[in-house]
Amino acid sequence: MGIENLQTSQPSNLTTAKIEDFLAQDEKKDLLRLLTAGSVDDGKSTLIGRLLHDSKRLYDDQLESLKRDSKRVGNAGEEIDYALLLDGLKAEREQGITIDVAYRYFATSKRKFIIADTPGHEQYTRNMVTGASTAHLAIVLIDARKGVITQTKRHSFLISLLGIKHVIIAVNKMDLVDYDQAIFDNICQTYMEFTTRLNIPDMRFIPLSALKGDNIVDAGPNMPWYHGPSIMHLLETIPVSADRNFVDFRFPIQYVSRPDLDFRGYAGRIASGILRKGEEVVALPTGKTTRVATIESMGKQVDYAFPPASVMVTLEDEIDISRGDMLVRKNNQPHVGRHFEAMLVWMDETPMDLNQQFIIKHTTQKVKARLDLVRYQIDVNTTHRSESAVLKLNQIGRVVLTASRPLLFDSYRKNRQTGSFILIDPITNNTSAVGMIVDRIDAEKLPSRISSRSGKELGRTLISREEREKQIGQTAKTYWITGLHASGKNELAYRLEHTLFDQGKTVVVLDGNELRTTLNQELGFNKADRDENLRRVAEIAKLLNNQGLIVIAVFISPDKATREQVREIIGAQRFKEIFVDTPLEVCKSRDKKGLYQKADDGLLDHFPGVDFEYESGTADLVVADIETIEISDLI
Amino acid sequence: METIESYKLTHLEELEAESIHIIREVAAEFENPVMMYSIGKDSSVMVKLAQKAFAPGKIPFPLLHVDSNWKFQEMIKFRDTFCAENKIDLIVYKNEEGVKRGVGPFTHGSKVHTDIMKTQALLQALDKYHFDAAFGGARRDEEKSRAKERVFSFRDRFHQWDPKNQRPELWNLYNTEVHKGESIRVFPISNWTELDVWQYIRKEKIPIVPLYFAKEREIVDMDGQFILVDDERMPAEIAKRKEMRTVRFRTLGCYPLTGAVESTAATIEEIIEEMMVETKSERTTRVIDFDQDGSMEQKKREGYF
Repeated sequence: MGIENLQTSQPSNLTTAKIEDFLAQDEKKDLLRLLTAGSVDDGKSTLIGRLLHDSKRLYDDQLESLKRDSKRVGNAGEEIDYALLLDGLKAEREQGITIDVAYRYFATSKRKFIIADTPGHEQYTRNMVTGASTAHLAIVLIDARKGVITQTKRHSFLISLLGIKHVIIAVNKMDLVDYDQAIFDNICQTYMEFTTRLNIPDMRFIPLSALKGDNIVDAGPNMPWYHGPSIMHLLETIPVSADRNFVDFRFPIQYVSRPDLDFRGYAGRIASGILRKGEEVVALPTGKTTRVATIESMGKQVDYAFPPASVMVTLEDEIDISRGDMLVRKNNQPHVGRHFEAMLVWMDETPMDLNQQFIIKHTTQKVKARLDLVRYQIDVNTTHRSESAVLKLNQIGRVVLTASRPLLFDSYRKNRQTGSFILIDPITNNTSAVGMIVDRIDAEKLPSRISSRSGKELGRTLISREEREKQIGQTAKTYWITGLHASGKNELAYRLEHTLFDQGKTVVVLDGNELRTTLNQELGFNKADRDENLRRVAEIAKLLNNQGLIVIAVFISPDKATREQVREIIGAQRFKEIFVDTPLEVCKSRDKKGLYQKADDGLLDHFPGVDFEYESGTADLVVADIETIEISDLI
Repeated sequence: METIESYKLTHLEELEAESIHIIREVAAEFENPVMMYSIGKDSSVMVKLAQKAFAPGKIPFPLLHVDSNWKFQEMIKFRDTFCAENKIDLIVYKNEEGVKRGVGPFTHGSKVHTDIMKTQALLQALDKYHFDAAFGGARRDEEKSRAKERVFSFRDRFHQWDPKNQRPELWNLYNTEVHKGESIRVFPISNWTELDVWQYIRKEKIPIVPLYFAKEREIVDMDGQFILVDDERMPAEIAKRKEMRTVRFRTLGCYPLTGAVESTAATIEEIIEEMMVETKSERTTRVIDFDQDGSMEQKKREGYF
């Protein structure tokens, strides 16, 4: 027995037995979240109004208030304007367009539905992305008279970007093209050609008339040539629960519950995979191992739980775990890193500023982050890529980011929960952008941006650099000595220092080893940390130069792009890059610390000259042999 | 047998998981949250979800009831018993200035009463305790303007909502950042429908105020609304028209502003049955929503839940 029967019945026809049947059945229904994409012109609001109406969820008084509204601003003449049901907010109602995401609810005898209704206008990409983020399925509306238009392409691209797996292409207003099969077939053909470049695994095409009701619930007499299901039938039957990732177990800790000394529970929502009692789990980032003692889900103790359940687990061992940490399996772990790439949708009226810091919220972690650069911008209408320095409202691009602490992530394609994040502007607290992590390039190979592009002179003093230089009788300069480990850089640096000292100059040596064990002691040797190390050094050198001092900086600095940014920070006119080009074999023979041996044995990662290339080609001066070089040639 | 098919939540389980996630997120991210407690069925569901979210511990934040001084007596009785039995930390706030001036719906009309005793009282309470997050039991299917409101809905220093300037809300990543004085209203049961709420009350055996169930009650007909004769504050010339009718309440608020419906539904099953064939949505028995079209949106902008 379905809800339709119940709702058309009179109260007296129902018995208690019937209602209990109904409730028992209703309890078992699952939930489908869907997105409708299209504009008012495509009849989108009419379609939604129809779905609500035909599922008999429109209460009479809502209908009454609808009739009242229709007389004032309605656009549909004497007929009921279904669209008015959906345009919630007063100001927008007068304009005749919906401009935000509105959620609608209806149910049939088989399923419950949540519709995210989003507008089709170009400036509201952000709303559609919002609605798409939680949807299992999308309905793309196409006006049969217009066919596949720019807007259709934009919607389909966003659906694909947000990873919605099921799409119903609803070719609406078939009544206005005489229910012509050729027109329908042609639109389907064009759509399929366009979407070969996208990633939509399940596409269904339905010809319909939302206004007349063809193929909404039933086929109707007008399109005998169409033998597929009605849109309601599809919505009721498309399986979606299997779309979730049940393989890669990820449990981000949301809340640690310690009501008393005897209980320590870890609460959270299972992001993916299956959580099982008794199984071994690893807590990241600590890497400590323990077993799941108990799982409470929905108020009951259970043996296993799966996404998207909210659960509370206890562990066999007392290990230190806090919010933002993640329970995973030993042999199936997410990436751990600070430096990654993502597709970013800019949501803020204020355009992207690469010099600004953001708060990144990812799973249950919240850390500071910066945007390194925009690799390219993508045109939502054509999917064409173009170069762009920054992104503006509603623009989408591929970007590189660096977080201040490591995140535990997967690619969005593999895992919607651990691959998504939002960027919050810490000044306005707006959600400035939302991102989907792309995981194709090794973090070691991703570029980072360490130089400031603001061009702002901060902390301006009354004494200029020129005045200081004049007083101490020297010209400020940074000698950047680069080259492989054990190439003789330090030896050269200290000889240079001595020579300058003897000439009466004031000079400071910034030694890589020294800074690594002091100022920058918390930094590791991954790409993001190496770049951060050099960024700090460059900023110090700049400060010292501004005081009129001469700086000699000694760093391997193998990455060409990073050295170029160091040059930019310090200022090209004061910067002299000296490359100590000692052959690798000679370096190895000079290596007192035995680091090359360790790297060759695989004990050290990312060691320049061994598993990592030193990128030459930017030096102002190349020193081939430190034994024969005249120091005066360096100055 | 455990198969991929068995890894499936029912709609109620999925809604519950989402709500619990939201409630825990607030407890983890805010310094001083509070849960608005209206004593109604939606509030009762919300409190149940909070209990589940932190079991076996207790709810780590207080409940706040803004008492307009005109609530049904049965509501107040239910509130005090329920909170005592469940060891819930309850704050009751009344606009004492309004009480002193004798503000009430019979003397000042619904608009003034609601503004002073509900909206102003709520704002005073939020300011007094400096809450940075306040849960509300509103659902998006209740009313048009609510359909667009976020789950985490930002309020400025003056507790105002700007529908044109809402933060985007994606996946289940909620932006919980606020500056001092600003706050977030959080609606953990945004995605529940009225039927979901009743189903859940039935399934979880959640106690609710007996006024929801039909019973012979003393009522008067005021402009087509059946108003309960709840205390002696009802003016005598109105109270004298009282008659006995078998009625129940679909929503609960201030007794002079909340109309009863004639009904014989005395169990949850009967209520659901009645609802399924009922032709009026639940807020029609609330007098305040009729003031003007879009009136709820207006109230929300001003800080009303």
